[in-house]
Amino acid sequence: MEQNTGHKLEIFRGLIKFKSNVQKIWGVLIFLSVVTAIEVGLGIIKPEILMSYFLSMKLINWIFIILTLVKAYYITWDFMHMRDEKFGLQVSVVITLLFLMAYAVFIFLVEGNYIYDIMYEGFVSWNF
Amino acid sequence: MSSTISSTQIQSELNTEPKPLDASYGKLMMWFFIVSDALTFTGFLISYGFSRFKNIDSWPIADEVFTHFPGLHGVDAPMYYVALMTFILIFSSVTMVLAVDAGHHNQKDRVAFYMFLTIIGGAVFVGSQAWEWKNFIKGEYGALETRGGMIIQFLDSKNNKRLALKDFASYNPEYREQHKSSNGLWFQSESALPNYSLEEVQTGFLADPSIVVRIEKIDEKGHKIILNRNQSIEKVMQGEYVVEGANLIRNEYGNRLFADFFFFITGFHGFHVFSGVIINLIIFINVLLGTYERRGHYEMVEKVGLYWHFVDLVWVFVFTFFYLV
Repeated sequence: MEQNTGHKLEIFRGLIKFKSNVQKIWGVLIFLSVVTAIEVGLGIIKPEILMSYFLSMKLINWIFIILTLVKAYYITWDFMHMRDEKFGLQVSVVITLLFLMAYAVFIFLVEGNYIYDIMYEGFVSWNF
Repeated sequence: MSSTISSTQIQSELNTEPKPLDASYGKLMMWFFIVSDALTFTGFLISYGFSRFKNIDSWPIADEVFTHFPGLHGVDAPMYYVALMTFILIFSSVTMVLAVDAGHHNQKDRVAFYMFLTIIGGAVFVGSQAWEWKNFIKGEYGALETRGGMIIQFLDSKNNKRLALKDFASYNPEYREQHKSSNGLWFQSESALPNYSLEEVQTGFLADPSIVVRIEKIDEKGHKIILNRNQSIEKVMQGEYVVEGANLIRNEYGNRLFADFFFFITGFHGFHVFSGVIINLIIFINVLLGTYERRGHYEMVEKVGLYWHFVDLVWVFVFTFFYLV
């Protein structure tokens, strides 16, 4: 089996090294499955401790979002082979998206929250 | 000098020129597409987030909406089915990347085999989504809509379990037929009638003193607020429509926008999966025909693989924001 096809074969910053690309794919699959299982488990159990609020969002939702981003990272980096691309390509895809998405998230959620406040504090009843 | 260039000439020029970012023309263009498509989905998910923040204290609870699992009737199985769908999609992503890897080694048979598995996985996912849609559209309990467009749902006050309309609605022997364009003016028709009329639901409700309703509003603990019997009677008498299941105008789960976003976002994603399956099928046939064998490289598999992984990536986000958060 030829090994040198230009793939970088380590994940978790070199903590786990794989012998071949195929092995790495299965390794990443196991990791993604574990993360998904944790998400689903938390979603079904909904532990009471995680229901407290942190930065105006439930702790459990923060965990879901962070785990989602982790999954997104490994899908892009290992399945889409972004790990093997030039730094320039990585940056032009990721920074562009992250910037525009973060901006959109900020602006729309603040606006949605504002409209909620207006409707909540207004004199018109919306529940009839 | 000739002023026309043949496409093969362009092709060879593109292949010999120094490549920007060390990526081939086709792959770079696929990344362009993925970035723009990711922004489209950002737009969808963010408008969902906007509407949800706008109705933060009355949004439907996903766990109570998606509770079906094939073969388990009447069993409350929140999330198991979508989790299964997620695993199917991740697994088809793995077979895709294995096909890409086999392509790097020019192993035609392995590429074909893994492409085949990927197509099967994609088809199973689209089928699962169709089943999910069927349940969503059909609904389970039914509800009333009030004059203000709010949904009220029925509960048994003895055990706080949801009641379906068929559990308590009375039967009034009046008969009302659906107005179709075929039996009146051709431009006038109405959508299918619910199984129970408003009057039947109201009489049935009044007859059984143990039935109460819950409204869309959520209390501090994240549960829907349940009204007492007197408040319930008041609400039910304000009912305007009987709502069963979901369509683009109203749904029995709560806020009208909820069903709209469900149809739009999962539908758009499902359409991506569907087109992914078709594109995979075309590439699969080309692999079988030996097109890439003759070309000397399997870059086409790599490009369609990028698209396929992107579809998986989008599902990871849809799963989080629609079902988990």
